[in-house]
Amino acid sequence: MAGKVLTITSGKGGVGKTTVTANLGVALALHSQRVTVIDADIGLRNLDVMLGLENRIVYDLVDVVEGRCRLRQALVRDKRLQELFLLPAAQTRDKTAVSPQDMVQVCDDLRQSFDFLLIDSPAGIEQGFQNAVAPADGILIVTNPEVAAVRDADRIIGLLEAEEKGPAHLIINRLKPKLVERGDMLDTATVVELLAIQLIGIVPEDESVIAAANTGRPIAFDDGVTGRSFHDIARRLLGENIPFAPLKEPGFFDRLLRIVRPEGG
Amino acid sequence: MRLLDLLLCRRQPSSSEIAHERLRLVLAHDRANISPGMLDTLKDELITVISRYVPIDAAGVEVTFTQGRRESRLVADIPLQTGKQHGQ
Repeated sequence: MAGKVLTITSGKGGVGKTTVTANLGVALALHSQRVTVIDADIGLRNLDVMLGLENRIVYDLVDVVEGRCRLRQALVRDKRLQELFLLPAAQTRDKTAVSPQDMVQVCDDLRQSFDFLLIDSPAGIEQGFQNAVAPADGILIVTNPEVAAVRDADRIIGLLEAEEKGPAHLIINRLKPKLVERGDMLDTATVVELLAIQLIGIVPEDESVIAAANTGRPIAFDDGVTGRSFHDIARRLLGENIPFAPLKEPGFFDRLLRIVRPEGG
Repeated sequence: MRLLDLLLCRRQPSSSEIAHERLRLVLAHDRANISPGMLDTLKDELITVISRYVPIDAAGVEVTFTQGRRESRLVADIPLQTGKQHGQ
């Protein structure tokens, strides 16, 4: 078995890379995939708290690289999903503690026992980003439908093309269908046309993501439009052809229609 | 051109249309690594050079980017002054 290494990156900070990584990890594991999510944001680790695993960390990525523990000892197994593991970042070091070669070696080792390795890249285009993309077989670029985030995503796509890294797929995060309708938010088609890479997911803006982060239980565990959008991405990654569903929660009339015509919904 | 349409249009553009237009320009400049200022200088020099060979209508010169799929193209639209009646 040779697992696939996917790096989640964005250029701009705060667009939801860590949320996407945590949720895709959960969604893939719920589809019976063996997954390790790797936090490559050394010095600013967050993936552990997103997954609610912060109290169970003993060793981290830097301990592995510097030989203080074996790779398996640093992996934290998720309490809820037997198939999901976290390789945490070090909190007290910086990005220079790990080199791109170290990341390639760690991933080559883990590839043997997992179906997917998801690397959560730090923001920016410096060494942390270079570390995160070095072992990647594919890249997932997260952006928000707004000018600054799309611009930075384009810059990242350019850098990846120059380094012949890829293929890169696009995840549009925090889309607000109501704002798009009103003409106050870029729509999916425009963002895809501007960036000219293949779309793999659209995730709506959802307040419950905040509650999910509060409790350390990613939204992909639960049913709902947002949780489902992550499962759709997971299934596309597994090769299924999933159409892009409308993002709106069913309104009053949709529900009424479903009651009147149960098979029509 | 779309910016021009919007300026001439009666309707106020929506904020997402403005975002689209701004992104189109900023991405073209980012990708080609040419700033708007540099583009102006390029245009001025282009006018100087071409004027040495053919009389052109300097005020009508337009140097713009066009976007294809992940490729940028620099397009210079240079109106020539044809016939004596168009001379100053």
